[in-house]
Amino acid sequence: MSLTILQKKDLNHFIERLLAQYRVAGPTRSNGGCAFDLIDDPVDLQLEYATTILPPKKYLLPPQEILFEFNKDENGAVHPPKPDQPTVIFGVHTCDLHAIQLLDTVFSNGHPDSIYMDRRKNTLIVSVECLTPCDEHSFCKSMGTLSADEGYDLHLTDLGDAYAVEIGSEAGAELLQNANNSSPSKENIQQLNAVLSEKWPKFPYRLNFDVSDLPSLLSMSMKSPLWNELGERCLACAACTNVCPTCFCFDVKDEIELDLRRGQRVRMWDSCQLDEFATVAGGHNFRKSPASRQRHRFMRKGKYILEAHNHLGCVGCGRCARACLVDITPVGVFNELHRQLEVEGKL
Amino acid sequence: MILTSPYAPVAEQTSADYQLFLPTFARILKVEQLTALEKVFTLRLPDGQPLGHRPGQFVEVSVLGVGEAPISISSSPSRSEDTFEMCVRKVGDVTSAIHRLGPGDKIGIRGPFGRSFPYEKFRGKDILFAPGGLGLAPLRSLINQVLDERALYGRVILLYGARNPSELLFKDELKRWSERSDVEFHVTVDRGDETWTGNTGVITTLFSHISIYPRNTVAATCGPPVMYRFVLMELFGKGISEGNIWLSLERRMKCGIGKCGHCQINNVYACQSGPVFSYKEIKGLEEAL
Repeated sequence: MSLTILQKKDLNHFIERLLAQYRVAGPTRSNGGCAFDLIDDPVDLQLEYATTILPPKKYLLPPQEILFEFNKDENGAVHPPKPDQPTVIFGVHTCDLHAIQLLDTVFSNGHPDSIYMDRRKNTLIVSVECLTPCDEHSFCKSMGTLSADEGYDLHLTDLGDAYAVEIGSEAGAELLQNANNSSPSKENIQQLNAVLSEKWPKFPYRLNFDVSDLPSLLSMSMKSPLWNELGERCLACAACTNVCPTCFCFDVKDEIELDLRRGQRVRMWDSCQLDEFATVAGGHNFRKSPASRQRHRFMRKGKYILEAHNHLGCVGCGRCARACLVDITPVGVFNELHRQLEVEGKL
Repeated sequence: MILTSPYAPVAEQTSADYQLFLPTFARILKVEQLTALEKVFTLRLPDGQPLGHRPGQFVEVSVLGVGEAPISISSSPSRSEDTFEMCVRKVGDVTSAIHRLGPGDKIGIRGPFGRSFPYEKFRGKDILFAPGGLGLAPLRSLINQVLDERALYGRVILLYGARNPSELLFKDELKRWSERSDVEFHVTVDRGDETWTGNTGVITTLFSHISIYPRNTVAATCGPPVMYRFVLMELFGKGISEGNIWLSLERRMKCGIGKCGHCQINNVYACQSGPVFSYKEIKGLEEAL
């Protein structure tokens, strides 16, 4: 929409004003790295951070959430939970921003998921421009997520003494009321251009092919021997899907209190990597081998989700690669499939 | 390779006014024990509101405190004004809890969900039903729909297989079907007992009993995963085309609305694009059968 300038010295004041109105979540120091957490003091916010173990997805699709509460004495009456307080997620990297756009699409497409959508409508996103790669596992540039034109309410680019703030929505513009922001000077624009052009070459391409070829590459790789190799290595621990910003599969379970009357139905993150994910009550498992489950995961990331929702299911954040105990990485998998097809003369 | 529009058929969602995960509580009117493991429940929604289902659709059924499970609707729309039936095998936590319920108890219902058998397109054709075991439960909805508008169809052939005589479902109804002159009814059990005088052998052995006109025949089948390949071979052997073979596929389903991921068959969500598919639609999906 438009660009404005916020001096760094005014940032804390800006966030304090947000805290008066909103729950504010953002990257904070944690165990030698950073983790998204709720903050109550602006000084806890770490806007220069190299990724997090869990993505900010947890504020939109919590690891576990109550769908409704019940009391069996109430003759079947069920009570949906109260809505969350309005939330600002501050300091979102652009890979995660793309992931949130995918989640928005998934949960609004077809039969809209009102629980997600209500929470999303109640959430504002302030993203930040990444100026250096997180680590060797990030491949955002290959996945086209190194920048973002939309999906944020405000987007911050560090210009040194100030932030260039792109206003992405009217709600974002309202956040800035009385923020002491100013119109960008000619010099600010030059600084912004310089920062962005310096940044670009710092990020490597890690895929050995263009990402637009990924769906067809996967289509041709249904029978690849690589899946069996991955299946033999995979521990089926589900770390990859638990840290993924785009994984949205869930389970639904009932929890009951010790009085056996009151309880709640909850939904919780689930993982296609777990043995029982596709197992029906009679015991038949439709995706029995770890190889078939690994294949399913990568097919979703690079093909199925794209076909269904017009967004790639992988944003190149590298979290699953960092989390994997046996070094199964999307870059490694996609490049190996590409290599195999090249060797077979199929490309 | 893939269906032209694998995610498209969401139009059959009915009961638009229910909230996503909030069940409506139906009252159990009647429970009938069919076999050692299977009971059929007759249910009535509040104020007798119709479920509004089509043959082949399913509901998410819940017992508060235990959980929710997808169950196919066993009654036909033609016989469901203010009640509907579902046949439940006691096989997991939720279905065991359902089995403990009796008349007057309430049970949570969401749905109906999923794609149904396109029976209007079957009119004018001969229909071959081939249910195996509990596969009769979802097919019964279609069978009774067809029988209730019998004049609109050609021949009705019903081949039913169960593991043994004690596992045959809906025995009274089987008897009535067997007595109808306008239904060609054949039943078999894998293993008979001392009282069994009928056919023995798996369901595929029944195909030699019938001859059909393949160009004008539609087949509908449902059964355990292991059954499909063998039944399909028989159907192809009879010359029925891929687009005229309809199957209902079982999957784990937690949401019913194409989100939770459990029912996915390659790129297709069975709860939305299925559970009813033509063979033509799923033959490229490696995970289907």
